[in-house]
Amino acid sequence: MVMTIMMLTLPSRTFMEITEMPVSLAHYLVVSALLLVMGVFGIFLNRKNVIVIFMSIELILLAVNVNLVAFSSSLHDLVGQVFAMFVLTVAAAESAIGLAILVIYFRNRGSIQVEDVNLMKG
Amino acid sequence: MVGQLMNWQIALPEIVLAGCGLLVLMVGVLIKKQNSAQLCSMLVLASFLVAALLSLSAPQDVGYNGLFTLDRFAVFVKILVLIAASLAVVLSLDYNTHHGIARFEFPVLILLSTVGMMVMVSATNMMSLYLGVELSSLAIYVLAAFARNDVRSSEAGLKYFVLGALASGLLLYGMSLVYGFAGSLDFASLRAVFTTETAQLGAVVGVVFIVAGLAFKISAAPFHMWTPDVYEGAPVPVTGFMATAPKVAALAVFVRILSMPFGHLLPQWQQLIVLLSIVSMVWGSLAAIGQWNIKRLMAYSSIGHMGYALVGVATGTEAGVRGVLVYLASYIFASAGVFACIIAMRKKGHAVERIADLKGLGKTDPMLAFLLMFFMFSLAGVPPFAGFIGKLYVFLAAVQAGMWTLAIIGVLTSVISTFYYLWVLKQVYFDQSEGAFDGRAPSVSFVAGLGGLVTLSFFVFASPVVNAAEAAARALFG
Repeated sequence: MVMTIMMLTLPSRTFMEITEMPVSLAHYLVVSALLLVMGVFGIFLNRKNVIVIFMSIELILLAVNVNLVAFSSSLHDLVGQVFAMFVLTVAAAESAIGLAILVIYFRNRGSIQVEDVNLMKG
Repeated sequence: MVGQLMNWQIALPEIVLAGCGLLVLMVGVLIKKQNSAQLCSMLVLASFLVAALLSLSAPQDVGYNGLFTLDRFAVFVKILVLIAASLAVVLSLDYNTHHGIARFEFPVLILLSTVGMMVMVSATNMMSLYLGVELSSLAIYVLAAFARNDVRSSEAGLKYFVLGALASGLLLYGMSLVYGFAGSLDFASLRAVFTTETAQLGAVVGVVFIVAGLAFKISAAPFHMWTPDVYEGAPVPVTGFMATAPKVAALAVFVRILSMPFGHLLPQWQQLIVLLSIVSMVWGSLAAIGQWNIKRLMAYSSIGHMGYALVGVATGTEAGVRGVLVYLASYIFASAGVFACIIAMRKKGHAVERIADLKGLGKTDPMLAFLLMFFMFSLAGVPPFAGFIGKLYVFLAAVQAGMWTLAIIGVLTSVISTFYYLWVLKQVYFDQSEGAFDGRAPSVSFVAGLGGLVTLSFFVFASPVVNAAEAAARALFG
């Protein structure tokens, strides 16, 4: 539970400013939606580095976890937290594979700039 | 409920297959011979056979507290997935040796991905569905980048990874919204919820996210942008695998999720699927015109084919599901056959992939040209080939459901797509040869021959396939 609360209070400054208001489900959903939008925009608008794309993917998965845990606590149902654990596990496997692919890409191409990922035009 | 909890046998095919995967991995590590890749491929093919027999014989039930279901629908799709995966393994035998990527991990990765797909089609809970999707996708990311000294293959792997991870993220976000607004992750409970009360807006948004995530996986337009690049860059057997097995599994998930838990939300998702279907059909037929690389051509072709299959999904009826299953059964053989022909495209030891390299094939290799003609006719939907029968059932379902516009657009776009299939055949038969291909490996000839035989004689044994598809569709709706 402590972990959960710590995770959910990530944007701590805004959280401190509105301490008089009780934190409702809607707050969590807004935070999660913002994280999702940041993640998606990070993937499509980022023109610099592939690592930033990987961070954006993690951001999306964290948005999902915030959602799952918030719903789980408001529904009084543990399944959501179990799902969040699975998502964390899969996210770890996913970034391991992503970084491995990035390493072989760097060996072949000598760069991980997004603008260099252009050998095949779609 | 205790019986449900304890019935572990329904997942026996997956358990055995995963165990075989670990064993083959050990065999590959311990045997330090040069041909360990060939040996492991054979072992993987044998375990696919075992898994197929087990799928056919395992008891059909719901188990693992509703996480996992084995019904006729799942069995039908699992057999298709296993066939497609086996064809990809056979295709890899010659290609991998020739390109210096004959490592024993290759068949093991295909096996793990297949396990993931089998879990996907049996999943009746969002959690097991997500884990199946990830297991199959993670293995395919690695496979796409398998030629690790080739910059195009690693770029394909990178692109597929980024867009695939985004798709899983969207899918997952949709699942979390559905969980929150409908209160459950279990398909049966979700169905019960949507039967009794009208869906909240949040749940509908969740369904839209799930559809978008799955549309990425089947590369339906407008979520197709990764497809041509990844198809072009990945090694050919991997492309052949990606064009068949994951598409079959993801479409099966589409069908199951839209008819089981979200069946009563038909008015909400129907327009979405119709839109995806029309855009895929139109884009798949128009954008393929003017492609000079045969792998890119096949990428656009597969986008179009997913559009036709989605016509069946969009009807939301039992006949539609039957149409989708028949369509997929006809599609995998023709598609695998074309990729066998692409592997056979090799001049003086170098793989070539321009459509222009096929010029004069009708004279230099009449047998291969003949088979290629079968596949192109089948993909175009020319009677009496397999593709025609698939399209017939899909469009029939659309007409029966009163969706005339969709059926008419489907027929028109398949006429347009016939243009580029015939354009390939024109080069094969009517243009001057620029040098013959090297001799074909027996494994490649086997896949091409098998694909040709099935596409040609599909109408003979269509009725058992259609009956099986009908029983499978009834299992979902009954």
